Amino acid sequence: MTDATDHLTGDRIWTWRTPRHRLLLWAGWLGLVALFVFCWQVMTRGTIWAFVQDAPRQAADITDRMFPPALGYLPELMVPLWDTLNMATLGTMLGVVMAVPVAFLAARNTSPSPRLLRPLAMFVIVASRSINALIWALLLVAILGPGLLAGIIAIALRSIGFIGKLLYEAIEETDPRQIEAVTATGAGPAQILTYGIVPQVLPTFWGITVFRWDINIRESAILGLVGAGGLGLKLQASLNTLAWPQVTMIMIVILGTVVVSEWISARVRRALI
Amino acid sequence: MLDLNGLTKTYKTGDRAVNDVSLSVPKGQIVGLIGPSGAGKSSLIRCINRLVEPTAGRITLAGTELTGLGPRALRRQRRRIGMIFQEYALVERLTVMENVLSGRLGYVSFWQSFTRRFPPADIARAYALLDRVGLLDHADKRADALSGGQRQRVGIARALAQDPELLLVDEPTASLDPKTSRQIMRLLTEICAERDLPAIVNIHDVALARQFLPRIVGLRAGQVVFDGTPADLTDIALTRIYGDEDWDAMRRAEAEDEAETREALAARDAMVLA
Repeated sequence: MTDATDHLTGDRIWTWRTPRHRLLLWAGWLGLVALFVFCWQVMTRGTIWAFVQDAPRQAADITDRMFPPALGYLPELMVPLWDTLNMATLGTMLGVVMAVPVAFLAARNTSPSPRLLRPLAMFVIVASRSINALIWALLLVAILGPGLLAGIIAIALRSIGFIGKLLYEAIEETDPRQIEAVTATGAGPAQILTYGIVPQVLPTFWGITVFRWDINIRESAILGLVGAGGLGLKLQASLNTLAWPQVTMIMIVILGTVVVSEWISARVRRALI
Repeated sequence: MLDLNGLTKTYKTGDRAVNDVSLSVPKGQIVGLIGPSGAGKSSLIRCINRLVEPTAGRITLAGTELTGLGPRALRRQRRRIGMIFQEYALVERLTVMENVLSGRLGYVSFWQSFTRRFPPADIARAYALLDRVGLLDHADKRADALSGGQRQRVGIARALAQDPELLLVDEPTASLDPKTSRQIMRLLTEICAERDLPAIVNIHDVALARQFLPRIVGLRAGQVVFDGTPADLTDIALTRIYGDEDWDAMRRAEAEDEAETREALAARDAMVLA
């Protein structure tokens, strides 16, 4: 990096970083430590230590009340579970339908207008990603009223950004030579898309979709907390009535569902690659 | 058949890749395009079907001028020009048959191609071509399951599926071993002879060009500096194309290479027979 020579031996000296670089690195670490100390102080100022000292006993108390789980509550959970699964699946499908065109508009190599539509598509992706599904649901419940529809649309809106971003990156990483070869046959733009690009991104597309579906099952399980239907609604009801054994049962059902969906998505992705 | 007139390509960076090239290829003739890396071979043949947009000059294919055509008319003309690529450029995740049929994309509607319902005549032609290149048994395999030589055969079948009047061939043997390279070159020259097809073949392997191509054009810094038969390609001509080099030593090394390949193949055959 540096061009200096040793005064005594005359050998060339090589260092990994320049002195300026080393100084900046030190300053960076110092700043990080200072920030940590400051944040610690802010945190402890707002903490009531009596409660923290009490925490183990409280936790033990709640755990005690949560067990055994209310197994008899299980049949009642089947309909909300079905709702949750539907909310995740329909939301993912709706999200995919909206995300695919957005991805093609956002990808540098397929965007019909890099000046106007590409930034617009990028904005849609960023906007969708920056807002959590729970917040979308909160807004939509206010607009559409409580129920599954709000949940489905909330899931779909959040999924656009996730699927759109990963898909447009996959489109940009396609092999240009395959596309060039299809172009050279005299194919039209739509044919270039379906023969040159789609086969290249299809496995990634399915992988992303199944992965998002898996995430959406987890998210839709809690959307009921703000009134969007499904298991979350039951969870809220049980929490409100301090029915702890029921809460445990709901958590077990959510855990089981997530494990199953995780297993399915892992299987599907392995089959694709 | 094909006439290039003052063809020039200047890239945005200011590189003049092709500089005032005029060239005429009659029906049935195969022209080898040789030259050092960066001489503009690739740009030149891509200018012909306008995968690269030429800056100046005229391209005429059997009386039709290709420069200045609108997108739709250009697509119609591209159907007449088959192209074969360096690293095969097959759509890897499609089957061999789909790749060959993709040569018909310019002739069928979007819906026909999307649903893979190609006209029976196209399918019959695709089977005939696969038979011609010796891959009839591999029709339903995915392209990425084939070896390099087999893939290039699919590339040739795809180009021929267009029923082209001209072949553009970009470094067909660059990623193949010496023996497969020769097989592919032999197949190409045979097919051109069968169909009386003119072709332009970019090739960096001078020995291979000499062996198979009756006319060789040398390109240096985007300009034609040699145009003649393999016999005309003397050391002086090679120096004009590539710059100073010990051509005699190169030829000797090439001869040794080939002898080695032959020996290795013979040894392998002996082992297989034993």
